[in-house]
Amino acid sequence: MTQQAVLQVDNLKTYFHLEEGKTAKAVDDISFKISPGETVALVGESGSGKSISALSIMQLINKPGRIEGGKITLNGKDITNYNAKQMTKIRGNDIAMIFQEPMTALNPVFTIGNQITEIVRKHKNMSRQEAHRHAIHLLKLVGLSRAEEIMKEFPHQLSGGMRQRVMIAMAISCDPMLLIADEPTTALDVTIQAQILDLMNEMKERFQMALLLITHDVGVVSQYADRVMVMYGGQIVEEATVDVLLESPKHPYTQGLLDSLPMVDKDVNRLGTIKGTVPPAYDFPSGCRFSTRCPHVMEKCHSQNPSLSTSDSEHHVRCHLYPSEVKE
Amino acid sequence: MTIKNETKEETPVLNVRNIKKYFPIKGGVFKRTVGQLKAVDDISLSINQGETLGIVGESGSGKSTLGRVILKLLDATEGTILYKDANITSMKRNQFRPYRRNMQMVFQDPFGSLNSKMSVAELVEEPLLVQTSLSKKERQAKAIEFIEKVGLRAEDRLKYPHEFSGGQRQRISIARALITNPEFVVCDEPVSALDISIQAQVLNLMKDLQEELGLTYLFIAHDLSVVKHISDRVAVMYLGKIVEIAPTSKLFQEPAHPYTQALLSSIPTLTKKKADEPAIKLKGDIPSPANPPSGCAFRTRCPFAHERCEKEVPSLAAVGTEHEVSCHLHHD
Ligand SMILES: Nc1ncnc2c1ncn2[C@@H]1O[C@H](COP(=O)(O)OP(=O)(O)OP(=O)(O)O)[C@@H](O)[C@H]1O
Ligand SMILES: Nc1ncnc2c1ncn2[C@@H]1O[C@H](COP(=O)(O)OP(=O)(O)OP(=O)(O)O)[C@@H](O)[C@H]1O
Ligand code: SF4
Ligand code: SF4
Ligand SMILES: [Mg+2]
Ligand SMILES: [Mg+2]
Repeated sequence: MTQQAVLQVDNLKTYFHLEEGKTAKAVDDISFKISPGETVALVGESGSGKSISALSIMQLINKPGRIEGGKITLNGKDITNYNAKQMTKIRGNDIAMIFQEPMTALNPVFTIGNQITEIVRKHKNMSRQEAHRHAIHLLKLVGLSRAEEIMKEFPHQLSGGMRQRVMIAMAISCDPMLLIADEPTTALDVTIQAQILDLMNEMKERFQMALLLITHDVGVVSQYADRVMVMYGGQIVEEATVDVLLESPKHPYTQGLLDSLPMVDKDVNRLGTIKGTVPPAYDFPSGCRFSTRCPHVMEKCHSQNPSLSTSDSEHHVRCHLYPSEVKE
Repeated sequence: MTIKNETKEETPVLNVRNIKKYFPIKGGVFKRTVGQLKAVDDISLSINQGETLGIVGESGSGKSTLGRVILKLLDATEGTILYKDANITSMKRNQFRPYRRNMQMVFQDPFGSLNSKMSVAELVEEPLLVQTSLSKKERQAKAIEFIEKVGLRAEDRLKYPHEFSGGQRQRISIARALITNPEFVVCDEPVSALDISIQAQVLNLMKDLQEELGLTYLFIAHDLSVVKHISDRVAVMYLGKIVEIAPTSKLFQEPAHPYTQALLSSIPTLTKKKADEPAIKLKGDIPSPANPPSGCAFRTRCPFAHERCEKEVPSLAAVGTEHEVSCHLHHD
């Protein structure tokens, strides 16, 4: 028997209904699952739908956005139609999220101690004193050795890296089974980034969480993820294990992306480029969404959007160059 | 004790000697100066014609301040800036004018740095209006030439910045910087705000224009892979000082300063794996430049820190051809 997925997403769609009757198809029919202890990376350029995918899973979509369809299963339970109160409970207990800019998630007028103990008390049946002790324990666990002092400090008194550690402490405070990290280190310096990613990885292993890691940094993906999903225009265009995806990318977009990366372990005089720019989510071309930029574009790419091929169960591609044997 | 650059006989385009930029720290009820923030602390470097010198360092290390002082957008607290042997350090505005058009800057933020009320044509023409005496017709022709040179279409000239993507806006900034035919350009994180596929387009464009126009670049970035790709030489900054400077391949293959080594081993790459433990992992945060550690500023995070490091400031000195390092491990 295969292990039950912590999270399974089926055919999720989230659209934004803009003025002038336009519809931005921010997330358009994505499906994937994550197992316990697994790190799955979601990569893609700005506007490809990474954050909206995460927020949809958490049911944190506001007007003019709307989840149009799909099914979200958490540990075998269908949570798609949970009401606001049920979701609040899920968000605190089962799924935790870390954002790019911890300052937006921390309240500037309360001390770190206030904020952590409040979360701990909300989710664990602890007295104020117990919660206080547990909070200090958590801060030490994420490598903040001055934990007692930090409890009394305000968010602005901490560096970006320290704030992100506090966010991780809060995230793991209620033993979530799924951690969603949306660009957790993009605002940090490279030596601090390495510390935070290592910490997240360590926490994931220690608590056997599933980790959905959203990033645009392919280097981060290569070093920390087990599997990768590449997003373009609100859809997953390729999915494979890290090694397979980096060594033999199939989708022309993934290939272009990897060619355009300057890398310290790569020596090229000119970088590869993908022509043009990402089309806006309310104005995708008909047919394949990458057809306006694809070097291999064919006649049928303009009329038919390819489906994600499932002929290879380990390596999925959404491109007419690789005809799907299963469905059309 | 800096080494002379004897391999290239020409005089450098830019020669910066012992530049310092201190910002006053105000405090107390009377807002008196209670200290100095040493944003740039005794930096010397030179850049040759057609060369790209990359500057890397973490946030707050003083990269932008250095670039701004060199272009005289900020006054230096101490030191000299020689532009082709002319001492521009304390030139007045009108004396400096002929140099200004030769020394330009491209900024990081393609959103904030362009006036949203001006059309592309007006934006690109503006430096000519201020810095040259060309006629309106000549200015317009030149603007179209440069709009096309950076890969935009001539028809786009009547549009406004908000109608463009980030990468296109950065092209507008580049056209603005290059239209006066400068010799020297400070590029301050010109691709940091761009998506990967667009970043590659802009980097290629900057390389092409350098070749075509013989430009000399000071290229600031915190992304080491970008700096490696574009630079001939690289200087690594930490808390206002250069800790290591070397030709690019040397720096990446044989980094000598513990900070450079840590920086290189922190970058996730395509070949590194989870299991590979990097050579050096740094603990702790970057200290505040308002209150740097005594002796070697890196000692609070350095795995090799020893007694001497606390007491004595190491100086930048040669460890090889064109390779200078500031660390007691390398000098007696
Ligand atoms: N509040 C909103 N109103 C209208 N459209 C929106 C809104 N939020 C997001 N979108 C659209 O949804 C698309 C996906 O956005 P999303 O934030 O998921 O991108 P992303 O992949 O996270 O990008 P980034 O890397 O920049 O964070 C975008 O193209 C955007 O235009
Ligand atoms: N006008 C100013 N007044 C006071 N302090 C300043 C001023 N400009 C910069 N600083 C300080 O000088 C130091 C160096 O800043 P600088 O902007 O040069 O760093 P940087 O290396 O460019 O960083 P980043 O990578 O974040 O752009 C910082 O501590 C900054 O807070
Ligand atoms: S379907 Fe066609 S346009 Fe789309 S990626 Fe494949 S070849 Fe390119
Ligand atoms: S001087 Fe000392 S503290 Fe500074 S880098 Fe060298 S060994 Fe480390
Ligand atoms: Mg996002
Ligand atoms: Mg800067």
